[in-house]
Amino acid sequence: KRWKVETNSSLDSVLLLSSINLPGGELRRRSVEDELAMRDYLQEGDLISAEVQSVFSDGAASLHTRSLKYGKLGQGVLVQVSPSLVKRQKTHFHDLTCGASVILSNNGFIWIYPTPGQKDEESGGFTTDLEPVPLSDREVISRLRNCIVALVTHMLMLFDTSILYCYEASLPHQIKDILKPEVMEEIVLETQQRLLDLEG
Amino acid sequence: EDLRVDGRGCEDYRCAEVETDIVSNTSGSARVKLGYTDILVGVKAEMGTPKLEKPDEGYLEFFVDCSANATPEFEGRGGEELGTDIANTLYRVFSSESSVDLKSLCINPREHCWVLYVDVLLLECGGNLFDAVSIAVKAALFNTRIPKVRVLEDEEGSKEIELSDDPYDCIRLNVDDVPCIVTLSKIGYRHVVDATPQEEACTLASLLISVTSKGTLTSMKKVGKGSLDPESIFEMMETGKRVGKALHVALQKILDEEESLGTSRQKVGFLG
Repeated sequence: KRWKVETNSSLDSVLLLSSINLPGGELRRRSVEDELAMRDYLQEGDLISAEVQSVFSDGAASLHTRSLKYGKLGQGVLVQVSPSLVKRQKTHFHDLTCGASVILSNNGFIWIYPTPGQKDEESGGFTTDLEPVPLSDREVISRLRNCIVALVTHMLMLFDTSILYCYEASLPHQIKDILKPEVMEEIVLETQQRLLDLEG
Repeated sequence: EDLRVDGRGCEDYRCAEVETDIVSNTSGSARVKLGYTDILVGVKAEMGTPKLEKPDEGYLEFFVDCSANATPEFEGRGGEELGTDIANTLYRVFSSESSVDLKSLCINPREHCWVLYVDVLLLECGGNLFDAVSIAVKAALFNTRIPKVRVLEDEEGSKEIELSDDPYDCIRLNVDDVPCIVTLSKIGYRHVVDATPQEEACTLASLLISVTSKGTLTSMKKVGKGSLDPESIFEMMETGKRVGKALHVALQKILDEEESLGTSRQKVGFLG
């Protein structure tokens, strides 16, 4: 009937079966067979992207995936940061120009994934693409992951522009060097400078 | 394709910091930070009686304490099992006769010898505990200063032990042959060195090997629920030897650099 979802909050969130976007369209009645077939779509340990529909009186959130952009997350990298470092913006899904996409959620979970080639309309977000990701995409994703860790270590706000500037500042260095303290400081200072120039 | 999530290759270690001589009331100490893993080792040299089967040698005693702050699983007595596991691995690694020159720890055969109590404290668990612990133990042993003693014989035949008054008059241990542990974790078809906690969660089986600076393997242990193919074990052993030798070279360089700075070195310790 309902899934229990961990969302880095004080209480586990709840995902009701009726709130999930089932393949086959919106107007399907949720029946008993759907409950049993639920395991085909989601299993324990899966990562999903969802939106908060409402909040219960005790503070637990009720989630829904009632849009095609939400659903199960396939291949990518998760970075867990402090929620206070994610800038509150209207859109959380960003397609960065460097070649990957990122989901910056307000609870501090950041999902980096390769930009999907074409929009798959029918699946509704529950099929997982298990094709091996090409090396160039993986390099971009690793670099983005290290940049986000660098920004977080230096307490900079995370939003699409700051991540992109940090990525560009890190290009002269090797991916694994970004985590070295000296290199990290250099990159973050450059990013800070560019962001200040943008404001001023 | 040699790319991990954080951009490292399969044989790259994370950035490590090593600092020695930070705990003042020990004979030797070292702190190692490998990524988020933080280990503190203190060595205390005390006088004791030699073991019956080895009357002209001293010995080492290992004790590992997993601090409750290290990770939520260590709350209460949760860390004891892991602590005894690491201590037993250390005993095994140092069981080889060539690792530490135990004869130099002897004062009076069958009567007195130095016992080195090595205490390991896990301050934070960030993956790859065994490697970090072995690096810290080696650094602490390098830093250990054992006071020189003289044995005086009375007319009645009873022996007296005289401790030298000069605090700088001490013997140092030769740590050239002390092995370091290299953990190779098998993920999918490849194996990686220095796994992060996320990588450890994906590992079915890993191989712990202890390598000396010359590249000789002193012990080997397999951990994990999965199985390892004999061919992959050979490959992992070769990788381990290669990585181990490089690790020893890097560690020795840092220890020598610290040593050369002498007393003028600014200690960062825990407040920096």
